[in-house]
Amino acid sequence: MSIWINSETRLVVQGITGREGSFHARQMIEYGTNVVAGVTPGKGGQLFDRTVPVFNTVAEAVTATGANCSVIYVPPAMAAGAIEEAADAGIPLVVCITEGVPVLDMTMVMPYLAERGVRLIGPNCPGLITPGQAKVGIIPGSICKPGPVGLVSRSGTLTYEVVHQLSGNGLGQSTCVGIGGDPIVGTDFIAVLAAFNADPATQAIVMIGEIGGTAEQEAAEYIKQHVKKPVVGFVAGQTAPKGRRMGHAGAIISGSAGTADEKFAAFEAAGIGIMRRPVDVVELLKAKLK
Amino acid sequence: MRSGSGREPAGSRGALAVPPLPCGPVDYSVEVLVNLHEYQARDLLKAAGVPMSDGDVAVTPSEAEAIARRVGGTVVVKAQVHAGGRGKAGGVKLARNPAEAAEHASQILGMTIKGLVVNKVLVVPAAEIATESYVGLILDRATQKPVFMVSDAGGIDIEEVAAKTPERITRIPVDPRYGLLPHQALKLALALYRDWDQARAAVRIMRQLFQVFMANGCSLAEINPLVTTPDGKVLALDAKIVIDDNELDRRPDLAVLRDESAEEPSEVAARRANLTFIKLDGNVGCVVNGAGLAMATMDLVKYYGGEPANFLDIGGSSNPDKVINALKIITGDPRVKVILFNIFGGITRTDDVANGIVAATRQFKVSVPIVIRLTGTNEQAAFRILESVGMSAMNDMDAAVSKAVSLAKAAA
Repeated sequence: MSIWINSETRLVVQGITGREGSFHARQMIEYGTNVVAGVTPGKGGQLFDRTVPVFNTVAEAVTATGANCSVIYVPPAMAAGAIEEAADAGIPLVVCITEGVPVLDMTMVMPYLAERGVRLIGPNCPGLITPGQAKVGIIPGSICKPGPVGLVSRSGTLTYEVVHQLSGNGLGQSTCVGIGGDPIVGTDFIAVLAAFNADPATQAIVMIGEIGGTAEQEAAEYIKQHVKKPVVGFVAGQTAPKGRRMGHAGAIISGSAGTADEKFAAFEAAGIGIMRRPVDVVELLKAKLK
Repeated sequence: MRSGSGREPAGSRGALAVPPLPCGPVDYSVEVLVNLHEYQARDLLKAAGVPMSDGDVAVTPSEAEAIARRVGGTVVVKAQVHAGGRGKAGGVKLARNPAEAAEHASQILGMTIKGLVVNKVLVVPAAEIATESYVGLILDRATQKPVFMVSDAGGIDIEEVAAKTPERITRIPVDPRYGLLPHQALKLALALYRDWDQARAAVRIMRQLFQVFMANGCSLAEINPLVTTPDGKVLALDAKIVIDDNELDRRPDLAVLRDESAEEPSEVAARRANLTFIKLDGNVGCVVNGAGLAMATMDLVKYYGGEPANFLDIGGSSNPDKVINALKIITGDPRVKVILFNIFGGITRTDDVANGIVAATRQFKVSVPIVIRLTGTNEQAAFRILESVGMSAMNDMDAAVSKAVSLAKAAA
């Protein structure tokens, strides 16, 4: 078991003929992901690497191949449109890897997805991987191992670091989800935690947060109330300088400054195991899994 | 909003597309934001029809004098820098006549506020004020919408208002699909004014501010204070606008508003080299791929008793030039006693990073020790490349960080 993606996932790659899209499509296929289609407007009818049919639109790809998950590697200015197209074509799970999507675009995309009941992961995220079954995005497959740990993170390479520690110490993963670090993302910690909580294959959860916003605090509150499985957590940015750039108005809305200390305190109050260093994940989890 | 194209390919800033940090009040905002100067913000609001006090920007004392003469009466001369506490630093001065305006301008121009040199001053009439309000529009993570925030307790620090008298702040999230609805604008206006003419003027200002926010890809648009004059007029005195950096590729008209002379020079150099760099006060220089790992590395430096000299994310690209540029920027800081590389090779190829380090040390002398941690893609090749020039690398993050910290301590 796992969450959201598995060996049944039928993946369409939006932007499959681009530089990033083609590179990562190959990586995903190599990992064993069932990549059933690609989409690049104007290149419909071609075969990618002589195996994957390319379509002009996502709707055509879905009709022809029964794709049920999309991953997006299109340029930032086109990303919002690509997400909406996938949602309109009936894809229930859309993963947007693209970095640099204007935040105002996302304010338009989110209600569009809500009306259609579509889950978006990202943008600006590494995607997700269910080790041994499917990889949707850019998480290096070689560092992951199948196992009982569910991992959710706002980071990219920091996620890899933690996965590397886990796999190297005999702690495999059920699914790893990178939710992305943009101000507006389609899937928050809580949605992933709820899915891990319900997944019989996940026995423990690792949560990697960052400074800024209140997503970690809200997740901690959710864990306290709903999650019965052991959780350990880290927050990157304990040494961040204060008051950089964006002023303080954002904090007033959320009622929090979003510091690492605040987040760790929320973790502690929720009974989450505190990782002071990425490497701490191993000992904490081993103790909790005993 | 989404018109225009010509953006660079998705991962061109880094194949790994490592998520930037969230924009928050206490963060590096690697989701880089463009701060506009007050005068630029005023221009955008004025163009949208917001009633602003008269005035203009000057780069010389004689220009300041001319503006003061034109607007007449007492004026305020304000330093245009991206730093808080301008007033306290002597960057905001009242002038009773044009000659005094010139005198103040000559003092303020060229002065340094929080490390930033003042190149421009804004000269505006000193308005007579009856009441002061705060009007802000912020892109909010939680509601995933632009949120209006107004308070009749304006002119002072809005954070303080929020802490002490939160009931005096009115917030309204706006659905960008429908825009600011008439009844929402009215509610905001009535939160500020009882007088119907003033409320109607405020309704117009709310709509104009929203229009500026959406049309310019803002993360923040703020009028503080919005004042009423003794004769009852509603007027914007000071404005602040922050633009989402992600808009700039499709909006060259906004990109030109960025004033690089008003930013930390090493950070500008880094941005030109496609690096995300933030200068700090410590002595352990850090070169990392990915923002989250970069922060975690700095945290670990601190954990082992050291102080990071910077935040630097080389992104996901393996381009050796990026490594060379990163080393150039870090070695430009004389306080740096050791340079720590922490590279987790996924899409980034660690052998490319190793080649970059070797090339850099051939191009220029690096006089401080370099501690290298590499793991992942092509690490065996990377280790060989480094060994061939007598350098070595480590595999473990904790071991590398603690070594770098002890070297920094020994050198300090």
